Amino acid sequence: MPDRPLDRVRRGFAARPSRNQAVVAVLLALLGFAGTVQVSEVRSDDAYVGTRRDDLVQLLQSLSVAQTRASDQLAELEQTRDALQLSSQQRQVALEESQDRLEALRLLSGRSSAIGPGVTITIEDPDGTVAAATLLNAIEELRDSGAEAIEINDSARVVAQTWFADGADPADATLVVDSRAVSAPYVVEVIGDPDTLAEAVAFPGGLTDEVEALGGTVTIAKSDELQVESLAPERAVTFGQPIT
Amino acid sequence: MIALLGLVAGIVFGLIVEPSVPGALQPYLPIAVVAALDATFGALRAFLDGVFNERVFVISFVSNVIVAALIVYLGDQLGVGSQLSTGVVVVLGIRIFSNVAAIRRRLLHA
Repeated sequence: MPDRPLDRVRRGFAARPSRNQAVVAVLLALLGFAGTVQVSEVRSDDAYVGTRRDDLVQLLQSLSVAQTRASDQLAELEQTRDALQLSSQQRQVALEESQDRLEALRLLSGRSSAIGPGVTITIEDPDGTVAAATLLNAIEELRDSGAEAIEINDSARVVAQTWFADGADPADATLVVDSRAVSAPYVVEVIGDPDTLAEAVAFPGGLTDEVEALGGTVTIAKSDELQVESLAPERAVTFGQPIT
Repeated sequence: MIALLGLVAGIVFGLIVEPSVPGALQPYLPIAVVAALDATFGALRAFLDGVFNERVFVISFVSNVIVAALIVYLGDQLGVGSQLSTGVVVVLGIRIFSNVAAIRRRLLHA
């Protein structure tokens, strides 16, 4: 008797409707209904509709842990960012400061032209009697009074290393400033506080008196804007090493 | 024949009505469906074996569903709901597999 199960299936389909079959049908209808409902429920938009409460709680907890971690990370990163910003600001400030210092030092060392208020001192020396020592004294007085840039005859910039010497012929009214010959009248342009500088020249026993004693004249002209354009010669440092 | 018609009618009805599952039933419905599937496959196997009995089917169907729901409910009360429902699904899945294997052997002799 082959195919007995299939025969049974065939007979089952052919069977006359009965009450028992109706009961089975109702149960299967219930199964179909519940299955469809569940499938459509799972397929509905909200991914968490079918999720159990415990799972939801766990999910929530893991999310809040993740959030705590993320906000910790955020705080850390913000700290790092602030620190970096601060250090870059500090660098910026240091850079600006050193830039300012550089400019000041360039001006003081005669490596850059300068503009500003000051005095123009003209020394007339008809007899050639004004010596380098006189001029050097005057320069010292001017430095003492806060001169920031000094220039003689628009050509010789006077800085810390500048040296003065008398010219070859004493009667020639010529001086040597940093290997550069300057001849009378000596026009000394000085940038600084005009009143203080004028005082440094005109005080009793100062440059004016000295030059007049030698037979020359000194005129002082204050100015609000003076230009010192000549540069001091560049000097290489051979022996000294800065100690930091 | 009528049984198959009932199954189709239930599916169509569910598709047409598309009711939302009440919250209290939500954890139990999937388990109940799997349990009913198990009972149905068992019944199909019995039918092919020639020992099918409507009474047995109805009782096994209903009791399967109720027991499955009870186990899940118990699990929820004990705080192991998700693990227990996984266990129930695994057990019912194994039973469905073995039933289907038996049905296959009956029908295809393989």
